[in-house]
Amino acid sequence: MANTLNQIGAVTALNVRSIPSRLGTSLVIVIGIAGVVGVLVALLSMGAGFAATLGGTGTEERTIVLRGGSVDELSSVITREQSQIIGDAPGVARDADGKPVMVAEFYLLTDVAKPDSTSPNNVVVRGTQSDVARVRPEFGIVEGRMFESGVREVIIGTGVARQFETLQLGGTVDVRDGAWNIVGIFETGGDVHESELWVDAGALETASRRSAFNSVTLQLESADAFQTFKDALTTDPRLVVNPQRQTDYYASRSEQLHMLIRILGYTVAVIMGIGAVFGALNVMYAAVATRTVEIATLRALGFGGLPVVISVMIESLLLALAGGLVGALGAYLFFNGFTVNTLNFQTFSQVAFAFQVTPELIRQGIVWALVMGLIGGLFPAVRAARLPVVDALRAG
Amino acid sequence: MKYLPLIWAALWRRKPRTIFTMLSIVVAFLLYALLSAVNAAFNAGVEIAGADRLITTGRYSLTQVLPFGHLQQVRSVPGVASVAGQSWFGGYYQKESNFFPQFPTQIEPYLEMYPEIVLPEEQKQAMLNTRTGAIVAKTLADRYGFKVGDRIPIIAGIWPLADGSNNWEFDLVGIFDTKNPKERSMYEMLLFHHEYFDEARQFGKGTIGWIVIKTEDPDRNEEIVEAVDDLFANSPNETRTETERAFNQSFVKQMGDIGLIMSSIIGAVFFTLLFLTGNTMMQSVRERIPELAVLKTLGYSDVGVLGLVLAESLALCVLAALVGIGLAGLLLPGIAAKLPGFSGLALKPEAFAGALGIAVLLALIVGLPPALRAMRLKIVDALAAH
Repeated sequence: MANTLNQIGAVTALNVRSIPSRLGTSLVIVIGIAGVVGVLVALLSMGAGFAATLGGTGTEERTIVLRGGSVDELSSVITREQSQIIGDAPGVARDADGKPVMVAEFYLLTDVAKPDSTSPNNVVVRGTQSDVARVRPEFGIVEGRMFESGVREVIIGTGVARQFETLQLGGTVDVRDGAWNIVGIFETGGDVHESELWVDAGALETASRRSAFNSVTLQLESADAFQTFKDALTTDPRLVVNPQRQTDYYASRSEQLHMLIRILGYTVAVIMGIGAVFGALNVMYAAVATRTVEIATLRALGFGGLPVVISVMIESLLLALAGGLVGALGAYLFFNGFTVNTLNFQTFSQVAFAFQVTPELIRQGIVWALVMGLIGGLFPAVRAARLPVVDALRAG
Repeated sequence: MKYLPLIWAALWRRKPRTIFTMLSIVVAFLLYALLSAVNAAFNAGVEIAGADRLITTGRYSLTQVLPFGHLQQVRSVPGVASVAGQSWFGGYYQKESNFFPQFPTQIEPYLEMYPEIVLPEEQKQAMLNTRTGAIVAKTLADRYGFKVGDRIPIIAGIWPLADGSNNWEFDLVGIFDTKNPKERSMYEMLLFHHEYFDEARQFGKGTIGWIVIKTEDPDRNEEIVEAVDDLFANSPNETRTETERAFNQSFVKQMGDIGLIMSSIIGAVFFTLLFLTGNTMMQSVRERIPELAVLKTLGYSDVGVLGLVLAESLALCVLAALVGIGLAGLLLPGIAAKLPGFSGLALKPEAFAGALGIAVLLALIVGLPPALRAMRLKIVDALAAH
């Protein structure tokens, strides 16, 4: 056994030390696999970043109430009377004055064009209250000031500010019934609200001639109070509503696009991976072929078949690992934090999000690389071990 | 032509190597073909948009509702042939993931405006005579097993019935298809009567989502766009009118950077491929130096040898590209049937031509360095080295 290990060590060292002399062909494996892993990690990090932006919105103790049957805020309608009934339900947190910690909001879309383009993008306009930080303490103004109650003023999320250069502090944006002044830029800890425009609910109500809200967001006494709260609302004959934990609601709004990106990512990675495996096979077969004499000599000296197989496999795995690392690193360097925006078709609105190359994705990429290296090395390794010693020596 | 056997023999000199290289090129072109089909599906709406159709929406967003009265006013604008109001129903069948668009509209003018939608005459008559009737795309009927005569339950996402319930039901009286199967994904929807919708819904009565306009002459589109928007300027419900093409294009553009990411993938795939194939060609020429020297000794010119090596590279790449595209052609119908919203997924002639172009370019890039090396070969040196 120890002998076999020694042999594996010796043959592997021989192989690995000869890699520099075969640098060109070895690079084919590294670059081929780096390409596959880079694409896989980049695509998955896009999906992960998107899911994290939506999934990171809200907390367990916060609840969003929509009309029963509506799957998103845009299609939901909550009347003023309903919002009051919801605020009086058991389990709702109350402030020092005994007022429920809640905010009833309008949610509608407005068209915003990117620079050098006239085509519209659906950007969310949230009609909210100036004391919205009661419900969303993560909210903060980073530049400018808060809108004033009843005035046609807009504050824009940092995501909107980055993606739509046409919108700037001191500028205007068409919301409803003409242009509104942009008076501030806000942040909410990197969640989906940063892709929204916030305005005063009262001002928006008049300008859009709406009478009913779209949703109610409120703070519960504790995360455990959710069931009591939900039961109270769903059994109330005056209401047809669907309360959801905010975290569940936002996570569900990212499902489809996240799934689509994952399917695309894995499909591309599998197909490209097959191509890279063929490339690796080519290189490893060639590597074995150029070393026919050496391998035969070793065999003649009494080295077993197993050390030869393992040594070829190790070489292939090392090259694959290098490729995986290069690919993952490349994806990290080029894409981590890269911010893009797209239409989330589950909410029909624009969401800005950053690619997130997480350690888990890097691990997946490297596992993928090793699988490719394993397959690419296996068949050439077996051929190397099966070389008839006499023929191989004679051929040399 | 007479060199064909020679090129063929050289290509298959080392069978496993050629096969592996070829397979990796096949895979790259398979991926190229699949991704360009998906890309084309995204852009399909732009290409098949009717030149004589305009869309009028609320000025600030497609999601604003317009008063029903707008419809009559637009109809009387000179140059307008017909109009139909549509709304976004936003319901779903059984569960949210079974989503497909449903539109209440004026069925008769709508079907006239969209001649690409084919509905049997007797089903059309049945639809016009059934208040609660609905017609649905063939692809959807196939997917969910709908048959003419069925009652289809749709859960309202936006519009509850007057009694607050979300459970709408429609009588399926017709199943339509598109003239060109490639356009199926654009019309994968359920249509029903606006009249019934407006009567039965709880709120929002007397409104529509947007207006489709058919103009008498596409050359007058611009003038009509202005006339329609002027009609409602400074009213509480201002409008924005654009061609159906521009309207559909804005959806594609909204996908934003996703398209860019798609092209980057294709770029990465081919860059990777370049290395794999280039390496094989180099290897193959390196091994054949003595043979090439013999050819030259026999009187082959330098350019002739260059041509031979390039032809070999060309044969490898083009053959593999053809196989890859052929494979995609076989796989696409199956994928199209499984992927909701992509029923029109198919390979376009442009993608085919593009693939051939890329194959030739690839062949030149990977073939040229070894071919030049072969051309510059000195007979004596090459023979002496071995």
